[in-house]
Amino acid sequence: MSQPDVDVVVVGGGPAGSCAAIVAARAGLSVVLLERGPFPGSKNMYGGVVYPRILDELIPNWWEEAPIQRWVTRRSTMMLTDTQALTVDFRSEAWGKPPYNGATAFRPDWDHWLAGYAEAAGAQLLTDTTVVGLIRDAKGAVVGVRTDRPDGDLTARVVIACDGVNSFLAKEAGLYEHADAKHFTLGVKETLSLPKEVIDERFAVRDRHGVDIEILGGTGKVNGGGFLYTGLDTLAVGVVLKLPKLAAQQQRPEQLVAGLKAHPAIAPLVQGAELKEYSAHLIPEAGLTMMPKMTTSGMLVAGDAAALCLAAGIWLEGVNFAMASGMYAGEAAVEAVHAGDVSENGLRGYQRRLSDTFVLKDHRKLRRAPELVLSDRVQHLYPGMIANVAERMFHVDNPHPKPGVRRILAQERKKAGVRRRDLLRDGWTGFRSFG
Amino acid sequence: MSDSTISFQERMATAEFRVHHDAHIVVDGKVCADCSTRECVVACPASLFVPTSDGGIVFNYEQCFECGTCYIVCNREGAISWHYPEGGHGVVFRRT
Repeated sequence: MSQPDVDVVVVGGGPAGSCAAIVAARAGLSVVLLERGPFPGSKNMYGGVVYPRILDELIPNWWEEAPIQRWVTRRSTMMLTDTQALTVDFRSEAWGKPPYNGATAFRPDWDHWLAGYAEAAGAQLLTDTTVVGLIRDAKGAVVGVRTDRPDGDLTARVVIACDGVNSFLAKEAGLYEHADAKHFTLGVKETLSLPKEVIDERFAVRDRHGVDIEILGGTGKVNGGGFLYTGLDTLAVGVVLKLPKLAAQQQRPEQLVAGLKAHPAIAPLVQGAELKEYSAHLIPEAGLTMMPKMTTSGMLVAGDAAALCLAAGIWLEGVNFAMASGMYAGEAAVEAVHAGDVSENGLRGYQRRLSDTFVLKDHRKLRRAPELVLSDRVQHLYPGMIANVAERMFHVDNPHPKPGVRRILAQERKKAGVRRRDLLRDGWTGFRSFG
Repeated sequence: MSDSTISFQERMATAEFRVHHDAHIVVDGKVCADCSTRECVVACPASLFVPTSDGGIVFNYEQCFECGTCYIVCNREGAISWHYPEGGHGVVFRRT
């Protein structure tokens, strides 16, 4: 085989791609990082919270440089019915100090920042370049990519596909089955502007401290969830919607966002805030169920392209999985290039690293969680049942004496039409996943 | 802009799109003609698919978020062909 143009081509300048490029370039390989947008991050959107600890090794003291909006020191999980809200609210001062925990950040800022490290490591960043297909040799091994630039073929020893949730490269390589709508959710977000002092006061935080609110039950008949995050002088409010349900219920995404914003527990928080940007993105929601094969001869798949997004109700993570899988793909590529074997077998270090770390361990542990969280009972029956139990517990109905909690539970379960064995089964599934 | 007064056009105007002259979405009207479920019309967050009075669908690609929802929710094989826009074009989310 003739000499390839470069050692590694990374497709996609998101968190997975940049981390792959950083690792490979620092190890001395020649690396090209391709980005179809005008700058890394320009195509990328998410709810708003990143958990960056995986960067500790790659970028020591990353928090001194990272373009974050606020450090999440307050986390709320909210359950809504039309007229009720039950919130579990946690705050920790520890999360407001190095090494921190979660942070709100905009993806165009974050991804652009991270790609800077790839360039600093020696990777060549090519923006405005869309990859249109794979180049394969006679045996079917991936040996490069075709881009939409004139003379845009680029050959490489290893291609790392970090081309996002729609990953046309993973599909072309035959690693993905036909995309099934039930494995995806649509995230729709409004970025709203509001003065910092108003946010600080409304959300009871100071300085760079911020709030992450995850919401169950705020999406009407469409299975999904809601979120509300604080930026420095912005709010991010939006919904995540199960695709087949969205289509079946004939409800428009922006109407569901408006519905959430109008809820009595949310409306006072977003009042007066002006729409700055409306955006949307698809989420690979189904975890292990939908994951493609991630290695083939000459190619690795990382990040959303490999469905490495954790959508497990109380844990909603993706950027950390993308950064980690990108790093491990970079390491495996370095190993394979040094060994002179970029076959599927030569690249097996990638799968091993994913299996040995949180990337696949979390997904295995939580494999039943995405389906449970989006199930009809969790979505449409339990929030009302639980909110009614809370309301009756705290409602002082004198001259009647207080009813016992067990009686309230039994009555509300029946009223909600929840069968005991279903409740036990869901409780057991939840316990096995989250416990 | 407060939410109660904002039109869908105004909503879409908050996002930046660098439109390329070639459409990256192609809809085969023949396949759509007898589709009654029309998932794309409801689900597309940019509302790019609009039903016509004669039972067809008109679409535009200009203000596309490139999310992929339309072709994934579509039940009809071959109705929607979708690929990424030319490099440097399409949606550009904002940096602060």
